[in-house]
Amino acid sequence: MVLDGMELIAITVVIGLFFVMFKQFGVWEPLSLDESSDCELELSTVRHQPEGLEQLQAQTQFTRKELQSLYRGFKNECPSGLVDEETFKTIYSQFFPQGDATTYAHFLFNAFDMDRNGSIRFEDFVIGLSVLLRGSETEKLLWAFNLYDINKDGCITKEEMLAIMTSIYDMMGRYTSPSVRDDDPSEHVDKFFQKMDRNRDGVVTIDEFIETCQKDEDIMASIKLFENVI
Amino acid sequence: MAAGVATWMPFARAAAVGWLPLAQKTMPKPPVDKKSRSDEILFVNVSGLRFQTWKNTLDRYPDTLLGSSEKEFFYNEETQEYFFDRDPEMFRHILNFFRTGKLHYPRHECIQAFEEELAFYGIIPEIIGDCCMEEYRDRKKENQERLAEDTEAENAGDAPLPPDATLRERLWRAFENPHTSTMALVFYYVTGFFIAVSVIANVVETVPCRPIKGSIKDLPCGEKFSVAFSCLDTACVLIFSFEYLMRLYAAPSRCDFARSVMSVIDVVAILPFYIGLVMPENEEVSGAFVTLRVFRVFRIFKFSRHSQGLRILGCTLQACASELGFLLFSLTMAVIIFATVMFYAEKGTKGTTFSSIPASFWYTIVTMTTLGYGDMVPDSIAGKIFGSICSLSGVLVIALPVPVIVSNFARIYHQNQRADKMRAQQKVRQARIRMAKKGATNAFLQHKEDGGLQDGDGDSTPFCVKNRSAFEHQHHHLLHCLEKTTNHEFTDEVTYSEVCVTDSVGFRTSRSTSLSSQQGATTTCCSRRAKRRAFRLANSTVSVSRGSVQELDTLHVTKTPAGTQYPQSRSSLNARTEDLKLNCDDYTAAIISIPTPPANTPDESLPNSPAIPGILRNSRSSTFNTQDTVKISSL
Repeated sequence: MVLDGMELIAITVVIGLFFVMFKQFGVWEPLSLDESSDCELELSTVRHQPEGLEQLQAQTQFTRKELQSLYRGFKNECPSGLVDEETFKTIYSQFFPQGDATTYAHFLFNAFDMDRNGSIRFEDFVIGLSVLLRGSETEKLLWAFNLYDINKDGCITKEEMLAIMTSIYDMMGRYTSPSVRDDDPSEHVDKFFQKMDRNRDGVVTIDEFIETCQKDEDIMASIKLFENVI
Repeated sequence: MAAGVATWMPFARAAAVGWLPLAQKTMPKPPVDKKSRSDEILFVNVSGLRFQTWKNTLDRYPDTLLGSSEKEFFYNEETQEYFFDRDPEMFRHILNFFRTGKLHYPRHECIQAFEEELAFYGIIPEIIGDCCMEEYRDRKKENQERLAEDTEAENAGDAPLPPDATLRERLWRAFENPHTSTMALVFYYVTGFFIAVSVIANVVETVPCRPIKGSIKDLPCGEKFSVAFSCLDTACVLIFSFEYLMRLYAAPSRCDFARSVMSVIDVVAILPFYIGLVMPENEEVSGAFVTLRVFRVFRIFKFSRHSQGLRILGCTLQACASELGFLLFSLTMAVIIFATVMFYAEKGTKGTTFSSIPASFWYTIVTMTTLGYGDMVPDSIAGKIFGSICSLSGVLVIALPVPVIVSNFARIYHQNQRADKMRAQQKVRQARIRMAKKGATNAFLQHKEDGGLQDGDGDSTPFCVKNRSAFEHQHHHLLHCLEKTTNHEFTDEVTYSEVCVTDSVGFRTSRSTSLSSQQGATTTCCSRRAKRRAFRLANSTVSVSRGSVQELDTLHVTKTPAGTQYPQSRSSLNARTEDLKLNCDDYTAAIISIPTPPANTPDESLPNSPAIPGILRNSRSSTFNTQDTVKISSL
C-alpha cells in the first residue's frame, strides 16, 4: 500500500513511542539521570593525623602550649589536616584585598610544602613557622633563599627573581601611589642582583646571598622584627 | 578493623590456647604493652558541656581524632580535660558512635554542619548506619544539587568579560545572556518577533479567504496571496539561518552545540525550505514536499529560548522519561488487551464498526481516556460489559503515573525559581564582598592617616581610641611591610584616579581584584608633593581630605555616591578641633565577619585567618591634631 506523507509520519511517531516503551524493559540503556553516574559515594577526603606532640616539640622550637594552640587553629581551618594549594591561595588572598595574591601564594605554598606532595601538613606548617620565628638568622635567610629559588637548584636566576618580584607587585593592586609601572619589577630585580651577585655570573648562589644579607644592616635589623608573631 | 571487635580481642587471643597442642612451631612473643592496663575515665569538655567516657571507648577507633594521639593537642593541663571548641549537640552523636559503633544522622541538623563535624573528628560519613543512611544520602544529594546550581548561577552569569575576549566569545555571550548588551537584546527580540510572525503566517495560510473574482469556491489565503506568503517565509528562513550560522560560529564547542536540542530544533525549522528549493517539480515528489511543510510548525519550539516555562516543561518531560515510558507501556498493554477482547466480542454483530483489531484500538483509546466520541459503539451485551470495564480501568491506568510527573515538575520549577533568585541576589552578594574588601583597605588607609604607622606613637593622641583589634593591628603591619618591600603605597581609587590622570603612561594593569574606579569629584589636579587624600569609607558621612603640611589645609568635601551633602568647612593649619569632633558614639560597626582568633592566647599566624577582616565604620570625621604630620612617603 502506498503510504501518504502524513501516514508515514504517523507511523514513524508510533514506532518512536515503542522505542520509548522499550526503556521499560531495560533493553536499551537509557540516559539514566542519576542512578548510575554518582552511585558510588565519593570517598571522603584524605585525612592526615599529625605526629605526636613530643615529636613535634623535638623537631621545632615551640613550646607545648604554642604547638597546641597552633594546631587548634590549623585544625579549625582544615579539619582534614591538610591544606591544598587552592585553599591556601584563598586564605592568603584575604590578607591582600587590593591586589592579586595568588601567584605569590603559589610560591609560598611551595616553600612550605617541603616534600612537594601538593599539600601542607601540620608538620610542614609548624616546622616552617619554627624556622621563621625561632630559627637563627642564617636559617631564616636560608628559608628566604629557598622561597626565591623556584626550582630548588641552589641558585637564583634572574627569571626566578623576576617571577617572584612580579607576584609581589601584583599583590599591591592597581591603586598605589606612585602607580606601579610595567618595568618596576625588573628594575627592582636589577637592583637586587647588583647588590647580591658578587661575581656577576648572572645567578645568586646561597653563599653570596647569605654573605650579602649578613652584611646589610637593614635586613639584619628587620629580621628580628617578626619574632613576636606568635 | 571495625569497631566493637576491639573488645573481643582478649577473647580471641585467649582462645588461641586451643592452637597450642597443634602448633608446629613455637608461638611468637606477645607484644609488650607499655601503657598501664587499667582503664581511666577521660573528661571531654565541648564548649562547656562536659562529657565523660572511658579511655577504652575512645581507643576503639584509632584513626579518628579522639582515638589517637591527636587529641593531646587539645588537652588542657590546668583543668585536666580535653577541650574542644565545637558544637556540643553534635558531639553527642559523635560520642555515641564511639560507644555503640553506629553513627546516626540527626534529622534536624544541617547536613553541611554535620559533615564538618565529622571531618573535624576524623570520622568518615560512610559509616552512618543503615537506619539513617537514606535520609543522609537524600539530603546530601539535595544539598549538592543546590550548591551546583549556585555555582552555576555565579559563573554563568553576568560577570563582565575579560577585556581581551575575542569576537567569538563576545558573540557567544551575547547569544546566551541577551541582557548583557543592547545589541544582543535587540537581536533577541527581533528573532522572537520573527518566530511569531512565521508561526502566525503558517496558520493564516490555511484560512479560507474570499475567492478571487470569477471563481466560486473559497481559496485558502495561502494560495490567494501566495507571493506575499512565500516572501515572508523566505525572509523568516533567512533570518533563522543567519542566526543559526552565527550561533554555530560563536559556540565554544561546535560539536556540543550541534548536538544540543535547540540546534536540532533550529535545523528542523529551516530545513524544509531548503529541501523545497532543491527539489525538482515532480508530481509525486511535491506530495512529499507538502508533508515537509508540517515541520515548519517546529519553529514554535524556538520560543523555548525565549520562554523559561517551555524549558521547564522540557526538563520535566526529560526528567520523567521513565514514568512516561511506564505510562505508555501500561496503556499499550491495556489497549491491546481490550481491543482484542472487544473485537471478538463484537465479531458476531451485524454491520459492526469493529472491523479489525487495529480498528478497535481507536475505540479502546477513546474509551480509556474517557473521551467517548461515540463513532464506535458496542452493540452486544458482552461488548458493553467489556467496554465498561475498559473505561473504568482506563481512568486508573492513566491516573497512576501522573503524580510522579507532577512532583517532578514542581521540583524543577522550584529549582528554576531558586536559580532566578540566586541570580538576582548575585549582585547584592558581590556588592557585599566588594564592600568588605573596600572596608579592609579603607581601614588600613585610615590607619595610616591616623599616624598609626609612626614608630613610637608617643605624641599623636587621637581624639578617640579606635577600637582596633590585635588582628587589625597585625594586618595593618603586614600591609605596611608589603608597602616597604615594593616602595609603593596603597591608596584608594579616588586618589589613584587623580594622580594617575597625570601620569598615565605605562602604568601597570595588574590582575587585581579591585573595583573599576569611579570618578570622584575632583577639584584641582594634584602634584606629587601636595597629597590630597579623599576618603570614601563605605558608609561614611564625611569624606575628609588633608593636604600636606606645607600647604594650607583645606577640607574638601567630595560627594559620595549616596549623594548626601555635608557641611563645608575650611580649616587652617591649626585646625579648630571642635569642628572635627569625633563622634565616637557614631560607630555603627557593620561587621561583615568577625575574625576569630584561633586560641586563648593572642597568637596569630599567617595562614590561619578564617574570615575577611572587614569592619565598616560609620565615622563622622576622621582627622585630628594636624600638628602631627603624617609623612607620606613622597618619592
